[in-house]
Amino acid sequence: MYKWFHQLGSPPTFYRWSGRWLPWLSLVCFVLFVIGLYGGLVYAPADYQQSDSFRIMYVHVPAAWMSMFVYMVMAISGAIAIIWHMKLAEIVMLSSAPIGASFTFLALVTGSIWGKPMWGTWWEWGDARLVSELLLLFLYIGVIGLYSAIDDKRKAAQAVAILSLVGIINIPIIHYSVIWLNTLHQGPTVTKFDNPSIDTRMLIPLLIMAVAFKLFYGIVLLLRSRNEVLWRERRSQWVKDTLGGNTGD
Amino acid sequence: MNVFITILKRDLILAIRHRAELLNPMLFFVLVIVLFQLGLRAKPEVLVDFAPAIVWIAALLSALLSLDHMFRSDMEDGALEQMIISTQATSLLVLAKIIAHWIITGLAVSLVGPLLGMMLGLSFDATKILFLTLLIGTPVLSAIGSIGVALTVGLRRGGVILSLLVLPLFVPVLIFASQTVTTYIAGYPIAASISFLIALLVLSLSLAPWATAAALRVSVS
Repeated sequence: MYKWFHQLGSPPTFYRWSGRWLPWLSLVCFVLFVIGLYGGLVYAPADYQQSDSFRIMYVHVPAAWMSMFVYMVMAISGAIAIIWHMKLAEIVMLSSAPIGASFTFLALVTGSIWGKPMWGTWWEWGDARLVSELLLLFLYIGVIGLYSAIDDKRKAAQAVAILSLVGIINIPIIHYSVIWLNTLHQGPTVTKFDNPSIDTRMLIPLLIMAVAFKLFYGIVLLLRSRNEVLWRERRSQWVKDTLGGNTGD
Repeated sequence: MNVFITILKRDLILAIRHRAELLNPMLFFVLVIVLFQLGLRAKPEVLVDFAPAIVWIAALLSALLSLDHMFRSDMEDGALEQMIISTQATSLLVLAKIIAHWIITGLAVSLVGPLLGMMLGLSFDATKILFLTLLIGTPVLSAIGSIGVALTVGLRRGGVILSLLVLPLFVPVLIFASQTVTTYIAGYPIAASISFLIALLVLSLSLAPWATAAALRVSVS
């Protein structure tokens, strides 16, 4: 197990390994998206209160889950990058940041679109989840901004690793402080899931979509990481062999 | 421990010799509050609702403004490098710098804040609570801020990126502190939110120096 982990950490092995997996992952992801979207948009019954407008949930909820999951991946690979100075962990962390920010943005936009028919307003400061999602977006933007501001990229990666660890400690604090704020100011009376349980016919497409989103993240992460690996190792022999000497500089 | 006191003393003496640096954050704090009221032109009874948040946002901004000085001059004259390669624990030295920064800026803001609270129409009792929250909350700003400064100290123009890194992390302090005062004015018990503020203080003072020390090692190397 450890040997496998160690080998994967070396850029050429990672590049070969990810190249083999990418087509399969893409195929499974595509199939899951088709099934999930069909299930969510056609198969699932309309909600008795929200009728058809609840169907945006099949994009909104997985995106919101992913926004937090990706930050966790970033913080964990950040910790690995700090402790073992492992290049691949740095690359995973850096490639995750823009993806996570996009998921967060998607969750915010869909949440806002969903909010219009449900709450009657595009933006509701009273909803703790919406507000902490917005703050999460700022944390992502901070990570991206810090990385692009530091010229020495090796140094920048270490700085970002520290920042993402600080962020992961702060996310629960920020989230609960926002929730706490809203227990004082009566929150909105329409919450997203006020029915005690969700119909299984609605739930299954949601779970399929969640898996599809995870795979999608994996695919984009691999693509970005492969690019980053090639760019960082552009002067080494294996890249020249792989790309047939056409390395761009 | 000796080093801790030495650094603290050194930073305080440096601050006293540069009076402008000492006064500027405080003047900025007062100015922001004045601007708020001039822009709002709110009726006194409405202004009372805004007052805690206005004072606290001004405190956040003035902390942010003064943070950049925390390590900048030490970085430029090489003292920071010496601190990092010295045999002393860097986190302890960082804690001394955080506390010095708080005495120079946070304490001053805490002392002036209640007066401005009164100008904004808070009752005497409410200003006492405001003073308490400023006293507990401003060290948290210095502690969390030190992480951001340490990450950006190597940059020539770190100011904008610093605010982007630090302001979202200030949110819990802002929420708990201004809510404490609002809750008090509304006549509810405030023990819970004060406890949260103290928890934030303990947490940030005990964890931030480690993160700052690690960040400094990255920035200076």
